This record gives sequence, structure tokens and C-alpha cells, in this order.
Amino acid sequence: MQARLIVAAAGLAAFVLGASGPAQAGKDLDAVKARGMVNCGVGTGTAGYMIADSQGKWRGLSVDVCRAVAAAIFGDSEKVRYIPLTSQQRFTALQSGEVDMTMGNATYTLTRDTALGFDFTGVYYYDGQGFLVPKKLGVKSAKELNGATICVAPGTTTELNLADYFRTNKMTFKPVVIEKVDEIRAAFFSGRCDVYTTDASSLAATRAANVPPPQTIDDYMILPEIISKEPLGPVVRHGDNQFADIVRWALYAMIEAEEYGITSKNVDEMLKSENPSIKRILGVTPGMGKALGVDEKWVYNIVKQVGNYGESFDRNVGMGSPLKIARGQNALWTQGGLQYAPPIR
Amino acid sequence: MTDMPVGERQPIAPPSDDTGILGWARKNLFSSWGNGLTTIVLIVAMVWILSGFLEWALFTANFTASTGSECRGGGACWALIREKFRYIFFGSFPYEQHWRPLFAVIAMLAMLVLSADRRMWNWRLLVIWGVGSFITFLLMFGQLHIPLSLMLFVALAGGTIGLMMRSAVADPTERSAYYALIVIGLVGLVLRIFGVLPSWSLAIAPLSYVETSLWGGLPVTLILATYGLLFAFPYGILLALGRRSNLPLVKGLCVGFIELIRGVPLISLLIMASVMLPLFLPSGTTIDKFLRAQVAVILFAGAYIAEVIRGGLQSLPKGQFEAADAMGLNYPQKTLLIILPQALRVVIPPLINTFIGFFKDTSLVLIIGIFDFLNTANQALVDPNWAGFPGEVYLFAAFVYFIFCYSMSRYSKYLEVELNKGTRR
Repeated sequence: MQARLIVAAAGLAAFVLGASGPAQAGKDLDAVKARGMVNCGVGTGTAGYMIADSQGKWRGLSVDVCRAVAAAIFGDSEKVRYIPLTSQQRFTALQSGEVDMTMGNATYTLTRDTALGFDFTGVYYYDGQGFLVPKKLGVKSAKELNGATICVAPGTTTELNLADYFRTNKMTFKPVVIEKVDEIRAAFFSGRCDVYTTDASSLAATRAANVPPPQTIDDYMILPEIISKEPLGPVVRHGDNQFADIVRWALYAMIEAEEYGITSKNVDEMLKSENPSIKRILGVTPGMGKALGVDEKWVYNIVKQVGNYGESFDRNVGMGSPLKIARGQNALWTQGGLQYAPPIR
Repeated sequence: MTDMPVGERQPIAPPSDDTGILGWARKNLFSSWGNGLTTIVLIVAMVWILSGFLEWALFTANFTASTGSECRGGGACWALIREKFRYIFFGSFPYEQHWRPLFAVIAMLAMLVLSADRRMWNWRLLVIWGVGSFITFLLMFGQLHIPLSLMLFVALAGGTIGLMMRSAVADPTERSAYYALIVIGLVGLVLRIFGVLPSWSLAIAPLSYVETSLWGGLPVTLILATYGLLFAFPYGILLALGRRSNLPLVKGLCVGFIELIRGVPLISLLIMASVMLPLFLPSGTTIDKFLRAQVAVILFAGAYIAEVIRGGLQSLPKGQFEAADAMGLNYPQKTLLIILPQALRVVIPPLINTFIGFFKDTSLVLIIGIFDFLNTANQALVDPNWAGFPGEVYLFAAFVYFIFCYSMSRYSKYLEVELNKGTRR
């Protein structure tokens, strides 16, 4: 008890004095290892990204990144404790140490990366504001939306981006501003507005799930123009660069595995590959795991248990899922997208 | 007119259209042209609405679809509830262990039903809640570690309360038992603080450990509401008594606390507990999120219950206090034996009203990411395979909430009749 009191007092003192100093390497990683679990903050339910299925298991593209981190550290992608956080909570929970990382679909911005004391370790999904229209409107591009009635949520950057885009393109629009998402959707599908604008991932979820019968998902389309940048990344707090490195490279490993054609199905055969890059990635030629401070088989474990980025994308949000989001900007750089992992070397 | 002998007078049955269903209908539904017309219009409207509802909810409903898309186009998609009901009831609790929250809920309900019976309102109540809570939390956590200091504290508290409440009636053996408890608790705690006793804890671990972040659904709602109110009730009584105290400091503190809590919405308390509190704690120390929400609910409910009970205290005539003083009762005795039994009886309806309100208010914890019953129902809607049927899910959730709230309201009715037997003429 006494010892604990002293530790608590010391912690308090450090907190009050502003625990600036040099970053203690390995502090968070040690805590994770001692606990045997990665505490991963997730949002409270976004179709395709983080959602508890009928059996209560968390699934989704964001969740897969948490699982990849656990697979890298423990060799077991199940060693994750999911902590549901609302968007108000997600950053304080990270600051206070309640979670080790958050995957709350947070947009990577300068202020968040610096002033809040966080590090974004990459981009697992390039999101951006798009437009959802009924096909019967006969519009193929956002440039043809002059004079359209547009449903949008108030007081968000979405509203500003919309106004900027139309001004830049010398077009006019009639905004229908509605606060609640459910009401916006109802207004859009009942025809009160021609266009619904928000982040494209959310548009895809709306299109997959909320189209009222007898209409179907094919009666609506997302226009190709994306008018804002909303890169979503894993977030860790300042102070443990090694843990941040593991989170960063867990995601890169998934992307790299896709680039080299390593999938959860063929990963065992790939161990016999002669390609020196693949040998390095899968730990056949040791060194990478040691440099990162994890098991040499870390990428093997990630790919075997979670899959590569493409598999995860397809399963959760892509064509293999009800959301049916096209790869678009999230395709590999070799296929005209933005997903580009630095080499594992 | 000839007089009939008294014994042969037969009461004549009232006219046939004044009795039975016909008579009742004539008296209540068709007593005038206006009423008759209203009745007919309302019946037609009801049949119309009801037939539409039944058509949707029963005749064209889909009970067996295996995905949401098969469900679309017809009536209600109850297949969604069939697919999701285990998640809605138990949240992310490990799937193959769902029997644990199920029995925990049953234990809690049994505990509530048993303590609803007035014959149990004595020492049995303590046993029921002790055993019931133990079973509930053992099932939910799977493992309980009871630290020595907690046991010592319970001994101390139990002895003190027993001595206070029963000092007038206890025989010497009972009294010495209370003293023994107090001494054991006090000495043990002091030794523990100075580090003489080791930090030992009793481990009861028959099942795998499930932490609160995995709890969800009905058990969460029931635990938050039941234990929120269980702790808020005595604490609300203390606040109410404190508010009427003659000591300015006690009174000021109680008034300040009640007004502060009542002056802010529950949401702001919950957000404080979940967002602000962790920032004030030393880094690395975290208090369980569920516990934080539970404490916020207790604080909030306590302030409201205090005001309800104060109403009861003020309704008592001054003579009751004076008579108790005249009999030489001390303050705890006066309060527990004379004042509170009468005051609480008066406030049963508003008290149950508060309880029902709080049972539903617990659903606000969804804004801090705790998955109570309503929030798990919400989650079921997000699943893209099944999304698009909010009506079914919310009807189902409303139905479950209604069962709980309606039974509470019936119980309050019964309790009013029971407790007012003495005052009825």
C-alpha cells in the first residue's frame, strides 16, 4: 500500500510538473507486454470499420489494424481489448493512458499530430467528402450539380468544403441543413434533396444499408469527385517511439504484403519463396523483427491471422462486403492509388 | 294496492339492457348521441391502425430470413431480432459464455422480486442482497478478489451500524458481537495501513475473467440501475436528513451538493466522469469506465432521491419529532424508528417515479461508450448486413423497457395499498 502510494504520488508529481523530458522509450510497450493485451480504442459502431457482429466480436478495417498490432507483438491477433469510445472521448482516453492506440476513424491533421501530443502512424483509409445521388438524376459528375438541392450536416467542415467547392466551380446550390444523420438520410431518400454529401465511406454505408425498398443499392451512386482530404490513421500518444514504430509497421506490413502478393492463403508457400524481399518480410532472412523489437515472424503472423491490406479491405468495406466501396484512392500505388508502404528492409 | 307480506318481496332484476355487456356499453359508450358518435369513430380508427400494425408486425412479417436483403420489401423483419437478440441482450460478452450474464440477470431479478415482498423486510433483505450480489458479480466477472482491507472495512461498518440501530433493543451477547466486529475492523485496518498485515485477498475464481469493457446489454442496464439506486437510496436519505440538520456546515454541504448535482444534466456528469476525470488522475492510473459511470449515476440519483425524501420529511407533523424526543430516543433511533418509516411511506409514488426515470436514464451511458441495452440495440442497426430496420429493433427494445417499467409501476401501486393499510378507514 505504501509503495503504491509513493508511486502514485510520484506519478502525480510528474504529471503536475509536466512530464516533458525525453521520451521514455518502451514505456507503453512494456505496459502492453506486461498486460498481455493491446488496449485499442474503437468507435462505437461504424459499418465496415468497427462494429460488433451478432456474436459480439469486433470486426472491420480499423479493427484489423489493432489485430495486426497484437499479432506483431504477441503473435496472436486475438490479444486485443477493444474499448469503445465516442468521438468526444477518443483523444482524452488516449492521453490518459486508458487505451494504447485509437482507431476511431480520426482524420490525420497537423493540430492533432502536434498540439494534442499524438502521433498518427500512417493512413489506413483515404477518405474524403463525396456526393451520393440517385441514378435517375442522370448526373455523372459533381461538375453537373449546378442548382442542386444538397443535404448536409450543419457546423462541420463538410458544410464549408461544400460551399468552397461550389464557389470554386462557379456553381450554385440550395443547402438543406439537418443535424441528425438519420434525419438527413430520411430527407435524402424521400427526395427532399437531390444530393447527400458527407465522407465517402459514410455515403457507402448509407447506400448499402439505408436505401428504402422497393429501391435498391443500384439506384444510387457515389460521384467520382472527392472534394476533401480525410486520411484516417491509427493514433498513438507521444512518449513511446518503439510502440509507435510497431503500430506504424504493422499497417505497412499489411500493405507491403499485398504489394508482394502475400495473402493469408499462400503465406505458408511464400515462406519458400526465393525473392529476397519476401524472405526479409516474412522473417526467413532474420533482422527485421529484431530491428522492430518483435518476433522475426511478425509479418507472417499478421498476414496469416489478419490478412494483407487488400484482403482486409475487400472483406470489410470492399466488394466482398455489403458496403461495396471501390478501392479508388485506397488502391496500391502500383495500381494508381495512394497506399504506399516504405520498404521493409 | 295490496300489501305483500314482507318475506315474499322479490327484488326485480334490472331491465336486461341495463346489465351485462350491453348495459355497460350503453352506460359508458353510448350514453348520448355525441358519445356514441365518438365511440364509433374511435373504434373505426383503432381497427384501422391495429389492422395496419398487425399486417406489418404479424401477417407479412419475416421471421426466418438469413440476411437483411431477404427481409426487404415485406412486413416487419423479426428475423433481425432472431439473429441479433443474443447480442442485444448480452453485448460483447464472450459468445459461448452467454449463460453467465443470463444467470446473472436471473439472479438480479430474483433478488428484486424477493425483496419486493414485505415479509422479507428484515435481516433477510441483507442476506438476499449479499448472496444475490455475490452471485451476480461472480458470474459477470468470473473471478472475484476480495481484499483483506475491504473485509475489515465491512466488519467495522457492520458493527457500527448494528450498534447504532440496535443499541436500545440488543441483548448483551448481540451487543458484544457488534463491539467485537468494530474492534476487529478498526485494529485490522490500522495494522493494514501501517503495513503489518500483508495485502492479502481472497480469490474466488471458478470461471474465466471477463472485464467490464466486454459487458453489455441487459446486465449492464440492470446493474447500473439496480446498484445505482441501491447506493443512491441510503445516500439520498443521508442528504435529505443533512439538509434538514441544524448544523450549518452539514446543512450547507448537503444543500450545495444537491443543488450542484441537480443543476447539471446527467450527461454532463457522465462526460465529466469519462473525459475529465482521467486527466486529473496520475498518468497510468485508470479507473474502470463502468465504475465511473456507476458512480456518476449514484451521485445523480442520490441528489434527486434526497429531494423526494425531503418532501416526505416535511410532510410529517412536528408532533412526531417532539413525541420521539419526549420518549428519550436518541437521534438515530428517532430517525430510524419514528421519522423515516412514516416519511418514506408518503413518498412512495414519487420515489418509484424517480426509480423508473433512472432505469431509463441509464441508457445515457451510451454517450460514453458503454454498451447498455439500448446501445447494443443501436449497434444491431449498424451491421450493414441487417441495417435498415430501425422500427423492429426499437420496438423490441421499447417492449423490454416497458416490461420493467410497468412492473415497477404496478409494484408501487401494491406497495401504496400495503403500507397505507393503517391509515385507511
